[in-house]
Order: sequence, then C-alpha cells, then structure tokens
Amino acid sequence: MRIELVCGVAVAAAACGNGARTSTAPVELREVADHELRAVADFDGIRDRDARSRALFAEAGRVLMHPRCVNCHPAGDIPHQRLAMELHDPPVQRGPDDRGVVGMECTGCHQDRNQELTRVPGAPGWHLAPIEMAWVGKSAAHICAQIQDPARNGGKTLAEIVEHSAHDELVAWGWAPGADREPVPGTQAEFGALVAAWVATGAACPPPEEQ
Amino acid sequence: MKIRVNGTERTLDVDPEMPLLWAIRDVLGLTGTKYGCGEALCGACSVHLDGHVVRSCVTPVRRAEGKRVTTIEGLSAAGDHPLQRAWLELRVPQCGFCQAGQLMTAAALLEATPAPTDDEIDASMAGNLCRCGTYPRIRAAIKRAAGIKGDEP
Repeated sequence: MRIELVCGVAVAAAACGNGARTSTAPVELREVADHELRAVADFDGIRDRDARSRALFAEAGRVLMHPRCVNCHPAGDIPHQRLAMELHDPPVQRGPDDRGVVGMECTGCHQDRNQELTRVPGAPGWHLAPIEMAWVGKSAAHICAQIQDPARNGGKTLAEIVEHSAHDELVAWGWAPGADREPVPGTQAEFGALVAAWVATGAACPPPEEQ
Repeated sequence: MKIRVNGTERTLDVDPEMPLLWAIRDVLGLTGTKYGCGEALCGACSVHLDGHVVRSCVTPVRRAEGKRVTTIEGLSAAGDHPLQRAWLELRVPQCGFCQAGQLMTAAALLEATPAPTDDEIDASMAGNLCRCGTYPRIRAAIKRAAGIKGDEP
C-alpha cells in the first residue's frame, strides 16, 4: 500500500484507484500491509499543510471506503453486505427511521453484539446511515465534503466527528466484525487519530477532479 | 430472569445467551413457534418483543429480561385474532410450518399500519419465507383482516 504526493495531492491507492499519474517529486510514505493503517507521524514529511491534510484523509478513507463501513451507507433503500457489497439478504428496507420497516427492523435480527454460532453481526444501535450520508458509489472528495457538512452529517461539529470516529460503538464494529468477516484496516484508535489530525490540519478534501 | 410471556410472568433459570426460541419451546413448552433455519433468514421463529418482531432463533434470552414476549399462543385468547380468522377463511396454510411466523409478522404490521398497501405488506413480510408458496393467500388474508377489498383468490 503506497501513497504518493503528486502535484500537491496525496493519492491513496486503495481509495482512488491505482493512483498512476505523472509524478513530480512524490513524497513516499511508509509501506503498510492492507490490514494496517499508517500513523499520523508518517505524514509529518509532507510539508504543505493542505497536502498533509488531504493525505491524512486519504489514509482515513481506507477505512471509510471499506465495504465493511460503506455497506450500511447505501445510496438507496437497501443495505449491502459482504466484501462484494451484495444487496442485503433477507431483503430489508431502510424504513422511515433508517432502522427497517415493521416486521423487518434491523434489530429484529441484529443484536447488541456479534452472535458467534449464527454469525449474525451485531453492535449497539444497529441501523443504516441516513440517505444524506450515502457513501456507496461516492468519491473520496464527496465523502470528505459530506462528512464535515452539518446538514449531511447529523448536525455534528468537526470535533464531534472526531469523537464519533474514535469512540462510537457502531463504528467500532468495523474493527471487530465477528465470524470470518474481514475487519477494516488498523485500529479505531489509529483511525480516530488520523481523523483528528485531518481536522487539525484544516480538514482539506481531495480536489473535485478526483470525483 | 423474569420475562412476561403471553401476559404471564415467567421465571427462567437458563444461560442468558440461550436463544429465546430455545427458552420458549424447550423450557416453557410453547411449541407453536417454529425452528426453521436457525440463522434469522426464514422468519419461522418470529415472535414479538415489546411489540416488535424479532427472530427468536438469534435473540439471546437476556434481551427479553423484563420485557413482554408474545408468541403465536398469545396472539389472541381464543385463536380468533382477525388475522387468524382470515387465515382460516382463506385456507392460507399448506404444510403450515412457517405460518406462526407469518401471522406474528402480519400482526405487527397491522398493529402499526392498519390499512397497508401491497408494497407495505411485501416489505414487511419479505423476511418470512414459505416453501409451499402461499404468498398470494397470505397477502389476501392480511388484506381481508385489514378490511381491504379485493385481491382474494
């Protein structure tokens, strides 16, 4: 996994395709395995504050854009499941409160923790992200803008986004999905630190042309 | 732990992680609720927990502590819930194995939505499978119980 700083833009291979661009003085970041996240300090070598902020977001994006997270941020009314992002089976629907419809509520099956024997995943408050927080099919630039827009992030400040990223119990499920499900990279603490560092450096976003 | 099952408080001395279905069937002897897939994929084990449909095969009994559980035995006192009457009138069941779950989900639907549209019926009933394929009669019976004309076989 390699991130290059190209023309002042950090391009994450995982988040933005293979990142093959005309390179001028790329800033090489430490190689990490797919299941690892870089530490905030790994980005200290990027002198430009905006570029460092974008690179930090790209690293956090390896979590945000992982199917484990995106699956419950559908752009329609049906959540996804598994790494291939298949439509959820049984065929549940979003419902009026993002918690399913009567008779088919998320918590009709999903408990407050993963169920070992039946493999049904669970965490406190299992539900879908509201439609304005849809991530399926969205670019890193779109998600970056959405996540810091109170009209589309549940009315959160950036400080609350950091707190949510670092400590929310449903977010935490991404790192402990149970059964044989692949977790998102790194740890929630590392992810929270990346989001905090991204906010501290101005919460810069990938340029619109990356969409 | 104490659980109110079909209006009666019951005390259970079981592993809190025991599936609610096991407690209902094997401990309390209420065998109307059926074991289908055991993975929350078929709906045969559907019961109400404080009025909400849950798949009892994947619901640990600890979640029901201090709450109201309603099984098919408690849907009505004399088996005469409007849905049960419609089920009989339209001869909905074939083998019958899934029908307790179908009825419990349908009852929750009508409680929340007394006059559901076809789309609302389909969305709510989508998790209750019937290998006999009685779906058209299930939908017709829900509509009859709701007092909606038409769509009867």
